[in-house]
Amino acid sequence: MEYITTLLSKNGLIVAFFSIGLIMYASDFLSDKLTNKKIPASAIAIFLGLVISYIGGILTGGNKGIADIKQLSGFELMGGAMFRDFAIVSTAMGVSFAIIKKTGLAGIISLFTGVILTFLCGSLIAYAMGYRDAKSITTIGAGACTFIVGPVTGAAIGASSDAIANSIATGLVKSILVTIGTPLVARFIGLNNPVTAMVFGGLIGTTSGVAAGLASTDPKLVPYGAMTATFYTGLGCLLCPSILYLLVKVIVG
Amino acid sequence: MLIRGVALLSGCFLAGQLVGETIGRLIHIDANVGGVGFAMLFLVYAQNWLEKRNKINLEMESGILFWSKMYIPVIVAMAATQNVRVALSSGAIALLAGIIPVILCLVLVPIVAKLSLKGTEEWSI
Repeated sequence: MEYITTLLSKNGLIVAFFSIGLIMYASDFLSDKLTNKKIPASAIAIFLGLVISYIGGILTGGNKGIADIKQLSGFELMGGAMFRDFAIVSTAMGVSFAIIKKTGLAGIISLFTGVILTFLCGSLIAYAMGYRDAKSITTIGAGACTFIVGPVTGAAIGASSDAIANSIATGLVKSILVTIGTPLVARFIGLNNPVTAMVFGGLIGTTSGVAAGLASTDPKLVPYGAMTATFYTGLGCLLCPSILYLLVKVIVG
Repeated sequence: MLIRGVALLSGCFLAGQLVGETIGRLIHIDANVGGVGFAMLFLVYAQNWLEKRNKINLEMESGILFWSKMYIPVIVAMAATQNVRVALSSGAIALLAGIIPVILCLVLVPIVAKLSLKGTEEWSI
């Protein structure tokens, strides 16, 4: 049996291609037979992905979802930043340049609004939950932006590891919420055109959540949302440990 | 010809990442600032440039389209490697700070979108 495990982990990426293929097939089937195509197959597939990640986490106690199971370690490469970003960039093929130019300003407004509002709201919640030191409040506020902004900010200002862990968890909750919630709220916020998708990406920001959420709403919107969302983490890493940290420090003393 | 499309995509990807990393370094933050966004802009530019000169063909395009079709499977793999266990077992603070700001921002989406939708009749993709 040992040699089968070795074989699977040696060819990890191929195993991932195969397994994801099976998941997509099952999702097509479920979407068709169970929901009469009302819930898109991609939304079901992404949800199944989250479920098996949870199973992997429970089984191994690790941090990388299903990829912590040795035989399925290839998921980490296939779902990692390199392939994810490469695939996102490829969706720009056929994007309308006119729309990007036209939405540019609204995109920038949504980025700043998104980062600052999310940070303030997250910080207020941290304060309400009993945090009183500026470093922890800032780190959790930053974690409300994305699970990258949180730890980057925490490390930059020297926050406690407890606050950093909380900020990562906060960002993860956000990412998963956006993944599952986007197709459900799309109708109510008019998320059916490239302009709104760009504003959505800028306001929400978490690239993984936005990309996955838009993929299950309407794959045609992915490049527009991803285009703005990808600037969000950078802007957050810029503003949170600097201006916003100083602001929090002035307020809580 | 197929590889030319893949190479074009890779070139844009690397150039974009390089710009993102460089900006990050210049402003002293340990993060990539919009690398993916720049890469996408490069690809859109390159594509326009090639189309104007009739240098793009179907096979070259399919080298890029393959990856954009692999997008959802890659996202599914990404979902399968998220730390869902920690997110679900995290305390009230992570849940509240993860959920409430998102709801606020979602409410703002149609409002900010109106800023640039104004004056246009209809958008089609």
